[in-house]
Amino acid sequence: MTAAANAREAILNSVRSALRRGPLDDTRRAELDARRPRHTRPAQDEELVARFIRKFESRAGTTARVASRADVPAAVEAYRVEKGLPARAAVGAALKDLAFPGLEIHHEPAGISETMAVSQALAGIAEPGSLMMASGPASPITHNFVPDDHVVVLDAGAIVGHFEEAWEVLRARPEGMPRATNIISGPSRTADVEQTIQLGAHGPRRVHVIIVG
Amino acid sequence: MEIRSNEFKQRAVFAIHDASLQQALGKARGGFVGKRAQQAAELPEFEQLREEAKNTKNHILDNLDHYLERYEAAVTAAGGHVHWARDAEEARKIILDICKRVDAKTVTKGKSMVSEEIGLNEALIEHGMEVVETDLGEYIIQLAHEPPSHIIAPAVHKTKDQVSDLFEAAHGGPRKTEVPDLVNEARMVLRDKYFRADVGITGGNFLVAETGSSIIVTNEGNGDLTQTLAKVHIVTSGIERVVPTLDDATLFLRLLARSATGQETETYTTISTGPRRADDLDGPEEYHVVLVDNGRSKMLGGRFKDMLRCIRCGACMNHCPVYGAVGGHAYGWVYPGPMGSVLTPLIKGLDNAYDLPNACTLNGRCASVCPVKIPLPDLLRELRHMQHQQDITPVMQRRALKVWRYVATRPKLYHALEQVGARFLSAIARNGSIRRLPLASGWTDVRDLPAPAGRTFLELWQGKRGQK
Amino acid sequence: MTESPTRGPRVGLFATCLMNVFRPNVGFSAVKLLEDAGCTVEVPANQTCCGQPGYNSGDYDAARALARQVIETFEHYDYIVGPSGSCMATIRHDYPVLFQDDPVWLPRAQALSEKAWELLSFLTDVLGATASDSHYDGTVTYHDSCSGLRGLGIKGQPRTLLGEVDGLRLKEMEDSEVCCGFGGTFCVKYPEISEKMVEDKVKNILATGADTVVGGDLGCLMNIAGRLKRINAPVKVFHTAEVLAGLADGPGLAGAAKESD
Ligand code: SF4
Repeated sequence: MTAAANAREAILNSVRSALRRGPLDDTRRAELDARRPRHTRPAQDEELVARFIRKFESRAGTTARVASRADVPAAVEAYRVEKGLPARAAVGAALKDLAFPGLEIHHEPAGISETMAVSQALAGIAEPGSLMMASGPASPITHNFVPDDHVVVLDAGAIVGHFEEAWEVLRARPEGMPRATNIISGPSRTADVEQTIQLGAHGPRRVHVIIVG
Repeated sequence: MEIRSNEFKQRAVFAIHDASLQQALGKARGGFVGKRAQQAAELPEFEQLREEAKNTKNHILDNLDHYLERYEAAVTAAGGHVHWARDAEEARKIILDICKRVDAKTVTKGKSMVSEEIGLNEALIEHGMEVVETDLGEYIIQLAHEPPSHIIAPAVHKTKDQVSDLFEAAHGGPRKTEVPDLVNEARMVLRDKYFRADVGITGGNFLVAETGSSIIVTNEGNGDLTQTLAKVHIVTSGIERVVPTLDDATLFLRLLARSATGQETETYTTISTGPRRADDLDGPEEYHVVLVDNGRSKMLGGRFKDMLRCIRCGACMNHCPVYGAVGGHAYGWVYPGPMGSVLTPLIKGLDNAYDLPNACTLNGRCASVCPVKIPLPDLLRELRHMQHQQDITPVMQRRALKVWRYVATRPKLYHALEQVGARFLSAIARNGSIRRLPLASGWTDVRDLPAPAGRTFLELWQGKRGQK
Repeated sequence: MTESPTRGPRVGLFATCLMNVFRPNVGFSAVKLLEDAGCTVEVPANQTCCGQPGYNSGDYDAARALARQVIETFEHYDYIVGPSGSCMATIRHDYPVLFQDDPVWLPRAQALSEKAWELLSFLTDVLGATASDSHYDGTVTYHDSCSGLRGLGIKGQPRTLLGEVDGLRLKEMEDSEVCCGFGGTFCVKYPEISEKMVEDKVKNILATGADTVVGGDLGCLMNIAGRLKRINAPVKVFHTAEVLAGLADGPGLAGAAKESD
């Protein structure tokens, strides 16, 4: 046996001997595999979009709401102008169907000097008011973390109540789990210097959500 | 990391007299406690979740081998690699080998207590690599060449002025004095490191057997830049961190941020599954998980199994009055506070950390806030019991206990001695108390000893009521 | 002495070590409160210590020896009641654990555990007593001792009773639930840490402006009183029972006798 296989067996055996038993039999294993936990979900009595907005904004995130997907470029532009940002952005290919006139865009990963990214969220989770991003060719991970400003497009219909429902969305993906599932609850922050909260520690200083619908 | 837990007493006294440390600790204490209390109050299901979390962890621990195997299979299916490390040395070797194979020059790191536990940084640096801690708190203490003093707020013992000094020395000034400027300076310095990194190492708050994912929870986003921009992502994690499904992870996520920092959620919860896919534009090319045992599987067998439920939230230390008085460094190893006082003797040996289980009033505040209901005071008492049985306790204490037992099981003798004591103390008292009592200087160095009235209650009672 | 059963429950008073030596007045206060509430109180002479010092020092054998003595002495009473959250939590929670592998003593430990009560919670939760007859002139702040609070859930009971005392103003201190730094042998093994903790406690007490601090455990109270005395702070220290029983007219803990004259 190789050293690696040795360590694996040694640890598993040590676990079993601590539990005073041998390996579990197939019946027990099947039972464990079939286990579907239903843990308590905190009660919610709020309309999902309203709750999402309230929670997301409570952590210094900002939101805007537009009627349809066609309104997204104008909302992005309004945000850009308001913040006085350069007229360029890394845009996830998931938004390829939209034209961003006046904005110099690309679909590549975000580079070190990227100022703004625009991404499509897979879902919103109303419980904590968080975005769920799934990485892939249409949504590079660096878009979520490198630029100072992150603008995220979220369909109102994609907002679910609890985490558990968001997992169902992930499980339903034909391509399976993405490399990175980023649940984002606002701008990057730190309290590591004297417990003083400071936004923009390493990730975006601002996260703006455009809710569609 | 070298263990210095047997210097606890000296280091504690030193800490109590360190004015900047006391200033920093004072600021931290109120914040964490108040915010956690508010979060707990705002979530009516909080107590129920704690109970479920405890039961779920127990279920996982009872079937740990199964879930670890399922987890390993799922990681492999997603294109990742699982490595098993019996102890710190094996873990270091696995990680070094990966780093050497890809000819790593720069290694970035997200916060990982396991990596502290296995002494990873020293090993990487020894092999010529540049190691950059990217969590701001970890970065600060790396500059200060200090270990973390708290498991979620590693630089909690540093004041802003001290951070200013460290940054000025490391970054070449001009000296920044305001928090936003300090944070910004670190941001700029570290950006460059992320993009240059060959290997990014993070911890893993949860390992999900269902999907083969590791989950980290951060506020800064440093862990994400670390694991996304490096060519290789390595996760270090204890074997007890596996959970069966995403739904199980959720249960703990609901408790973690609330218990740790008193936030409803931290900013980033990241679920990492395998390396980048064929058509992905970014993300690491390799994904490795190092599962570290280092004494954990042994704990599973006995009365310390409860300790393996720990989700490393830090609430116990935030609420510990001893931690609050002396800070994390006094504990002398990686894990401070109540959880560290249990873990350190178990991982590093009972006689290498004699004081840790003893320097506790058993006041129980830690257990009352622990999200997975670990009975920390009971475990500390168990450690004392083991120390007693293994003759590790000081001889004087053992003798005193013998005498006490002899006397206390003989009521007449006990009462006679109590009467003598009460009369003596009453006779030497002045103005109601005793200022100095040589044999009890531990008491009288700090406070007066209130004087007895002269006669004991039992004496007086028998005089009054003549009862047997 | 046997009393007629109509006289209410027969209570064995657990005279804690600290109370016996340092503060007999607490014992008499406890007897008065219990008798006023209709109990028949006896103080068995064969008692010594609950065994907690041994237990918390890891000497479980010694703790068991003491526990057996307490069980034998008190098991024939309807209740065992003591003016200490700490000792009573030991009897209630730790005895069954100490004998968990002992088929002979476990049932006896459990039976005693079920009738073991800390004084204040016994008065309110079992007897439904009130303190409407008592009087105390002063502003009082209450320290939650840890074993009472977290071991036995004592929080509202003493406050309710104190609130009923005529002339008494209750003023909460900051962090009333944080340990005072006593911790049994802790306070002499780690005096500097204990000092820091009691210093914080005393600061919080002084910040209330109260002239009296009360609590349910003499260990904590002696620690607090000793510290207050050391820094010459003129705050009186009493056990809650003394105030409720109207026996807080003498000097408080560590108080000079002339104070009350
Ligand atoms: S012991 Fe409990 S409170 Fe302490 S870090 Fe672990 S989970 Fe958190």
